[in-house]
Amino acid sequence: MNSTWIIFFVLGTLTYLTRFAFIALWGRLRLPAWVQRALTFVPVAVLSAMILPELVFSDGHLNLALDNPRLLAGAAAVLVAYRTRSTLLTILVGMVVFWGLRFLLTGG
Amino acid sequence: MTAIAFQRFREGVRREFPLLIGVAPFGMIYGVLALQAGLSPVQAQAMSAVVFAGSAQFMTVQLLAGMTPAPVILFTGLIINLRHLLYSASVAPWVSHLPLRWKALLAYLLTDEAFAVTIVNYRQNGEDTMHEHWFFLGAGLALWLVWQASTALGIFLGAVIPPAWGLDFALPLTFIALVVPSLRHHADALTAVVAGTLAVMLAGLPYKLGLVLASLIALGVGLTVEERA
Repeated sequence: MNSTWIIFFVLGTLTYLTRFAFIALWGRLRLPAWVQRALTFVPVAVLSAMILPELVFSDGHLNLALDNPRLLAGAAAVLVAYRTRSTLLTILVGMVVFWGLRFLLTGG
Repeated sequence: MTAIAFQRFREGVRREFPLLIGVAPFGMIYGVLALQAGLSPVQAQAMSAVVFAGSAQFMTVQLLAGMTPAPVILFTGLIINLRHLLYSASVAPWVSHLPLRWKALLAYLLTDEAFAVTIVNYRQNGEDTMHEHWFFLGAGLALWLVWQASTALGIFLGAVIPPAWGLDFALPLTFIALVVPSLRHHADALTAVVAGTLAVMLAGLPYKLGLVLASLIALGVGLTVEERA
């Protein structure tokens, strides 16, 4: 039993509790309105905080120049996601731009 | 299962179907990335069954690969999963008449995608919701099956695809595909920009605390701006 398994089971239990809490305690517990509003911002905040560092750091260094394929491919993906709202197309275009730029910049 | 129960169950599966097409690629990408991040196939599949929440699974995989300490992984995972409280609170009145074992089962199946079709169905059916927990079960189970199956397929592919392809870049792309279409108004967009910028500026902090801080501050900014709008 290594720590990865422990993380899974603790996270699984916590996740289950977030799903079960109000179903189980209906009538006895109510979410304040401001908490409800705050919760609607959570996915956008956390996911965005994970996205941008992945795009601007290459090999541990900040790289905002045009020779950073991740930055340009990420920008292309944002554009496709905005225009099409398609998951698959966003990932496909992003990966193709990423591979294309990597090929152009390093020759392979 | 009575005839009407079966009819509602099937209707739940049917209404979930369009969402399944969107979910299947996520499950596959998760499977591929989990393996490339160093999880064993059994671990990768187990997380899909035990945690059963896409964004949290993706995040955990990435943080595990980055040698992030367990408390930070758990805290981040919990934050992203707190949105389920909203879903739980929203469906609670509709399922309050059910026995505990039904509530316990439906809670396990309460994902973003199952919630989306289930809450709409409850609101459409108004007073007559005697059998609608079968609809909920149908939608939830359909999503569960597709998530497990697509994870398995991804694990299979992940074992074949060489890491040199740089497929780990699909992860931020997946997040982009999740976030961008979900931006409802200016407060959301501002939250995204603040979260991303702060995360980059605070990336030097130990234990990935920059991620946690950036998310919380951005959330506060979004909330404040929305209030004033």
